[in-house]
Amino acid sequence: MTRRWLWPLLIATVLIAAVLGIAVGTTTIPPARIAAALTGHGDPIDRAILLDLRLPRVLLGFLVGAMLGVGGAALQGYLRNPLAEPSVLGASNGAALGAVIALYFGLAQRHDAMLPLLGIAGALAALGMLFLLAGRSESPLTLILAGIAVSTLAGAGISLALNLSPNPFAAMEIATWLLGSLEDRSIRHVALALPCVAIGLLLLTGQSRALDALTLGEDGAAALGIDLRRVRWRLLLGVAIGVGGAVAVSGAIGFVGLIVPHLIRPLTDRRPSAVLWPSALAGGALLLLADLAVRLIPTSSELKLGVVTAFLGVPVFLVHLMRERRLW
Amino acid sequence: MVTIAADHLAVTLGGRRVVEDVSVHLAPRQLVGILGPNGAGKSTFVRALLGLIRHGGTVTIDGERPDRATIARQIAYLPQGQTLHWPLSVERLVALGRLPHLTPWSRLSARDHEAITRAMARTDVTMLADRIATELSGGERARVLLARALAVEASALVADEPLASLDPAHQIEGMELLRAEADAGGLVIAVLHDLTLAARFCDRLLVFAQGRLVADGAPATVLTPELLASVYGITALRADGLIVPFDRLR
Repeated sequence: MTRRWLWPLLIATVLIAAVLGIAVGTTTIPPARIAAALTGHGDPIDRAILLDLRLPRVLLGFLVGAMLGVGGAALQGYLRNPLAEPSVLGASNGAALGAVIALYFGLAQRHDAMLPLLGIAGALAALGMLFLLAGRSESPLTLILAGIAVSTLAGAGISLALNLSPNPFAAMEIATWLLGSLEDRSIRHVALALPCVAIGLLLLTGQSRALDALTLGEDGAAALGIDLRRVRWRLLLGVAIGVGGAVAVSGAIGFVGLIVPHLIRPLTDRRPSAVLWPSALAGGALLLLADLAVRLIPTSSELKLGVVTAFLGVPVFLVHLMRERRLW
Repeated sequence: MVTIAADHLAVTLGGRRVVEDVSVHLAPRQLVGILGPNGAGKSTFVRALLGLIRHGGTVTIDGERPDRATIARQIAYLPQGQTLHWPLSVERLVALGRLPHLTPWSRLSARDHEAITRAMARTDVTMLADRIATELSGGERARVLLARALAVEASALVADEPLASLDPAHQIEGMELLRAEADAGGLVIAVLHDLTLAARFCDRLLVFAQGRLVADGAPATVLTPELLASVYGITALRADGLIVPFDRLR
């Protein structure tokens, strides 16, 4: 059974992280003024900082984290591989390449929405390639191999853009974006990411029965009435749209999709479906806390979110690995 | 009660004909054993019956060509060498057998829970309910997997080598469970390798060789020395219902 305290704990963590995310920043605003600003009066500068800067950042952090968490949980269930994460199918790199193209050709400066839109287009293009390479096959292995191929190709495209950058500043801009960050995101970014993430979450969590049935392997699941082709199609579309949309607004933030299901799984009955929604909350909370760390750790040049999650991810993964090995 | 019929069933895998022109009519209340050497097309045949692979010819259930959801409710399937990909508890694993009966977004109903309890009681795994299925012994695991298939409460059960890697006592127990299923009105189709057990427990045997159905009938009429020689290439010692493979002919 899923631990009784799991849901209350996750909800409380998300709420606390969200409140801290709004309250804490480089400008210290006392609680009384925060309350005043949020209830509609108070200093207009406070209001601008809280509602235009920090609130979108918190919303976006939660959305991106939730999507990455569910994406990882769904793919680990579908591929029956504890090392799967959204990036293995190339959606993350595809989205990143789309965004890099926007930066490289200067399209990003023309309009705010260009970068995320090209990011989403990149994720969908990656999905199209994935289907061409592995669409008809039903084995998880061909899908992983095709995903690695697509991911590597997109990665090569990103390297090419860095390589051919006309000047160091352009290369720097791309490299900085690739590290992943929630800084300076507006409510417009939220408006772009929200529908993508919502569609992604619905498509992925809608496959929960099929993921459970796949515990018995492909034949076992099919004999239970699961239409594997439809499941694959929806799952890949969910990852491409959801993770593509998330990466397009935040940059590539690694490790969240990989670690979060591992943190949640031991607290459930280990059915793939039981891991899905808790991974959404845990992923959101993790990203909000990581974003707090970005703001609180004093560094000379700004710390990037993707760097923090990578540093967080390694110890979590090592602890898990050690526990697993002792079990065997 | 369900009748499954295959008409000119044929399967081609990777350009090779694996099952060739098989027509059978399988009636309820029977334990049908499927015999044949490795690679004879036994597993492919049952997978085609279940609609798990593309095939030529037709398969009908009670005279109709079923869709995937209907097959899932009518025929339970216990695959060969079932691997379990997640360490679920026994009860959770058996509950997977109820998936064909659930409507989208619904939870397990009281009827589902009854079916799960019944299936676990029938295979005597009730006391294992909270154990982790991947950590069981071979015999316990086989019984749990059978309970998973029985929880579907389908009219037919297809078991692909359900006795593999079981000790003699558990093999007999497994056959008794399949026999009881058939006696209760079900159609049970089991891919087997043990000739003595097949002869003792089955009502009917289908023998495959090189993708073709080469013999079909009651065990006593099917398992002749000539058939064992031509299909398996062996001689067997026989006494009182025992058929013990003894020597290779080729």
